Amino acid sequence: MSTATTTDSQRKAPAGERVADWADGRLGIYSLAKSNMRKIFPDHWSFMLGEICLYSFIIIILTGVYLTLFFHPSMNEVVYHGPYVPMQGVPMSEAFASTLDISFDVRGGLLIRQIHHWSALIFVAAMVVHMMRVFFTGAFRKPREVNWIFGFLLLVLGMFTGFTGYSLPDDLLSGTGVRFMEGAILSVPIVGTYLSFFLFGGEFPGGDFVARFYSIHILLLPGIMMGLLVAHLILVFYHKHTQYAGPGKTNNNVVGMPLLPVYMAKAGGFFFLVFGVIAAIAALASINPIWALGPYRPDHVSTGAQPDWYMGMPEGLIRAMPGWEINLWGHTLVLGVFIPLLLFPLVLGAIAVWPFIESWVTGDKREHHLLDRPRNVPTRTAFGVAWIAEYIVLLIGGGNDMFAQYFHLSINNITWFVRIGFFVVPVLAFIATKRICLGLQRRDHDKVLHGRETGIIKRLPHGEFVEVHEPLPQAKLHTLTSHEQYQPIELGPTVDENGVERKPKAMEKLRAKLSKGFYAENNQIPKPTVEEYKEIQSGHGHH
Amino acid sequence: MKKLSARRRHPLAAVVVLLLALAATGGLYAAFAPAGKAQADETAQSLAIEEGKKLYAVGCASCHGTGGQGSTDGPSLVGVGSAAVDFQVSTGRMPAQQPGAQIPTKPPVYTQAQIDQLAAYISSLGAGPSVPTQKQVDPAGADIAKGGELFRNNCAQCHNFTGEGGALTHGKYAPNLADVSPKHIYEAMLTGPQNMPSFPDSTMPEKQKKDIIAYLQNVNGDKSVSPGGLKLGGLGPVSEGLFGWIFALGALIAVAVWVAAHTAKAKKS
Amino acid sequence: MSSQDIPEEKHLPSEQGDAHHGGVAVADDPFADPGLPVHKPRIQDIDERAAKRSERTVAMLFTLSMLATIGFIAAYVTIPVDKYVYVFPIGKVSGLNFALGLTLGTALFCIGAGAVHWARTLMSDVEVADERHAIAAPPEVKAKVLQDFADGANESAIGRRPLIRNTMLGALAMLPLSALVIMRDLGPLPEDKLRKTVWAKGKLLINQNTMEPLRPEDVVVGSLTFAMPEGLEETQHDFQNQIAKAALMIVRLQPQDIKDKRELEWSHDGIVAFSKICTHVGCPISLYEQQTHHVLCPCHQSTFDLSDGARVIFGPAGHALPQLRIGVNDEGFLEAHGDFEEPVGPAFWERG
Repeated sequence: MSTATTTDSQRKAPAGERVADWADGRLGIYSLAKSNMRKIFPDHWSFMLGEICLYSFIIIILTGVYLTLFFHPSMNEVVYHGPYVPMQGVPMSEAFASTLDISFDVRGGLLIRQIHHWSALIFVAAMVVHMMRVFFTGAFRKPREVNWIFGFLLLVLGMFTGFTGYSLPDDLLSGTGVRFMEGAILSVPIVGTYLSFFLFGGEFPGGDFVARFYSIHILLLPGIMMGLLVAHLILVFYHKHTQYAGPGKTNNNVVGMPLLPVYMAKAGGFFFLVFGVIAAIAALASINPIWALGPYRPDHVSTGAQPDWYMGMPEGLIRAMPGWEINLWGHTLVLGVFIPLLLFPLVLGAIAVWPFIESWVTGDKREHHLLDRPRNVPTRTAFGVAWIAEYIVLLIGGGNDMFAQYFHLSINNITWFVRIGFFVVPVLAFIATKRICLGLQRRDHDKVLHGRETGIIKRLPHGEFVEVHEPLPQAKLHTLTSHEQYQPIELGPTVDENGVERKPKAMEKLRAKLSKGFYAENNQIPKPTVEEYKEIQSGHGHH
Repeated sequence: MKKLSARRRHPLAAVVVLLLALAATGGLYAAFAPAGKAQADETAQSLAIEEGKKLYAVGCASCHGTGGQGSTDGPSLVGVGSAAVDFQVSTGRMPAQQPGAQIPTKPPVYTQAQIDQLAAYISSLGAGPSVPTQKQVDPAGADIAKGGELFRNNCAQCHNFTGEGGALTHGKYAPNLADVSPKHIYEAMLTGPQNMPSFPDSTMPEKQKKDIIAYLQNVNGDKSVSPGGLKLGGLGPVSEGLFGWIFALGALIAVAVWVAAHTAKAKKS
Repeated sequence: MSSQDIPEEKHLPSEQGDAHHGGVAVADDPFADPGLPVHKPRIQDIDERAAKRSERTVAMLFTLSMLATIGFIAAYVTIPVDKYVYVFPIGKVSGLNFALGLTLGTALFCIGAGAVHWARTLMSDVEVADERHAIAAPPEVKAKVLQDFADGANESAIGRRPLIRNTMLGALAMLPLSALVIMRDLGPLPEDKLRKTVWAKGKLLINQNTMEPLRPEDVVVGSLTFAMPEGLEETQHDFQNQIAKAALMIVRLQPQDIKDKRELEWSHDGIVAFSKICTHVGCPISLYEQQTHHVLCPCHQSTFDLSDGARVIFGPAGHALPQLRIGVNDEGFLEAHGDFEEPVGPAFWERG
């Protein structure tokens, strides 16, 4: 290091530079850094939701590796003789016993376990919120559809990685969840029993599933997720970040702070902030106290048997479903379980396919880097809110016993609410949201044309009172009018230039119909035009 | 359509929406809350009547029949034993204020002496489980771990892993056992109050009841510990999920807002 | 798909920024983009004292982090793992978990807060614009790539020699079969394993609490008892698999309350024995309401009426709980009269 400071007439490069030179000669880092070191990232809190996901994922991996050092993924039966009195002498699997050891014998083991589990809940929750941000601002549009899919796959894989991890301690709560999974697999027509026997190595619970879930939980799923995550981040870098509309921000630029130093400090610092907050939460709030749950036995159960929150949605489906079962020709079709099993990916996937439906309807093949305000795309926003409403209805269904207990309601009535709400609530949410969006569009429209309400009341010479409206500054006018508005597509003439009649295809008719539903007069408020603005501003200064 | 959305901006619109929302919430609650039937007979205020029979005639007979034979409003008390009387009356469940999905606890109406008299009267109608002695319910020296196993096999299905309680059908529930005295736990197991099944000594001997009481005191008593921090109600994933969404994710988003916010600008420039 | 039927692009709005480009306010267009606002300095940019204050705050945060790490190590070394302390208002918690978590949290948080405060107050906050470039390649690049590909494909002769192509595709398609076949030993075949339990004629009903055989007089009306078959030991290697099917729930009703004829026939003096395993997805169902004779599943709220053949009266279960036919042997103990007559637990395709 110190040699770099020696005075030499021939400039000798400092040590850092020489290391970089060495690396450049082998990795070409200068060319790589040329365009990336000062890469611009826009600053907005909602752009940091994805960072919460990334960082909680890293925290999960770090703490997870630590936990593997102590966890025994084995279902061999042992008798507990550790320090936790209510379990002394109780037969249990080695998996459960080693989880007790992590909690009571390993110093700091409980903390790491709790950080791991809290991070997992936060990871999936942050992915949902991040996905909603991307959805409602239209950040999934070209060129980012592929990244949207990567993100969606990460969410799905995150749910299953969480579920397999939740099952590992082989406690009475998670064992009940695994039993449910077995029942769900058995409901699959034709191959269900075989799948179940192959997964569990025979009859439930057998002696294999902890070890098998373990390799799925720590290797298979996180490995795939790691790959998707890297691809997701590379694409974020490659596409450059989207930005909200505003003065100086166009579809052809990205305005913000350079990666080095501001964004690096902020993003790097944010990792420590996230880790710090989660560590503090793990110090303060207990999660999955397996010592209170006891070891799994297939003939024991507790009320309040629940999955972690991210599996609450399928849990709601399964709880609300009526018990349909068809027996035909010596076979049983367990619709009461199989239908929810099919609905689970359908409900979840509904949000994932929206970008493709939307781009088909608009026929828009251009790149979009400026984000939408949700109110300016009422149909999309309404669909998103309807999806969230459906999700929440099912979450309520998944926790119907808890809601019944805590609000002194009848579990049967809540179940009926979910059964009906499954169909009704999303529709109501859709209608209400769309109307709210249109109302907000009208407000923007008025604000642009008539200015901001100042709250100052003026009396005119002839005695009339009016509120003074202050015209908006140009930056604000630009922001409020910079969104694009599609026009509904027309089917075009049904007779071509040669006078031959042609019939529009069914898909095209559907597309035109949808387009009308999205963009016709009643479904968006036309932007104020320059002419309107000038007329109002020059005619009468107030309204 | 346009008219409605124009009115939405009326200053009173928010108030109207709020009122509608409140009305809807109230209506929904009324619809989902388990329905109470009619207001029942008034609670009898007992005078200092020395005999259980007289107490019974005033406070209990209207529902349970003059001779304890039961009626449409209350079950027969013949053969329920003194333990059932002690449990029902000293936890305040009886006399019931009003019928409903389930009769809740409330401050007891009778003194212990009166309860004993009532119990004596009911026991005289037919033999049944009697009130346990102090020694019978004392968990000292009991096997806590065995109690845990018994609890998970016999009790947790309704009362949750550590006795936090849970929901049953149509608004009925298994109550939280946190503040229930050992005697009452014992009596409940012995007699099976309301919809709870009984666990008589013939299938669950006295020693095992003690084990269960000892387990409950260890995991859900004054001295129990929650190693990991806040217990969050001891209810498992639902409360953990709510906590994670509201507090954990909420805190992280608040931090994100701070990180991304523009720093205050100097006044002059 | 083709969208020939719909005139392309007509309905699309004009390109963003086409109408008013240039960043300068055009007098004619009040909505034009005025360009990036002029940068306004922060207090720290113009007042060195404020900047110094920021610097001290950042340094203090980093120092605090170091102290917290020292605290973490100190807590790890000094606090015993089994020490419980009362922390208001949380309750009695593990002292070590609490101390380690808070010190670690502080050490991490302060590094983050220091870095962010540094970035927010001392690093330049001038916003810069970066130009974007189209993601799609220009036509000449595309043409070159397509040509290269065509050349490569041509040189490989894959188009001209279909025999090679087809056999290669066949080989690649077949290969995954070995990956599939090798999964066969993940588990045995189901055969009739889901149809049978260890219950058999003459097996006594063992009370799971006492591990003693049950007599009819032990089981009183309104009580709930769980039983397992005689001969099944908790220590045997397949206990979990066996109890997962054999678990039994025993209640006693007044014989006149039993509505189902077969249930009455299979009972003994009002004592009925039903499978404890829910027919929905297999939770041990046992939330027995002794007044209504309903039994509720804690997992998905299927409700069965034990006084009426355990038929489903609410929830997602598809069929009644299987009943075990019981009686009393010569010595006065309850015994099974055979195995369940139908498979217990969740329904499956072959159940029929």
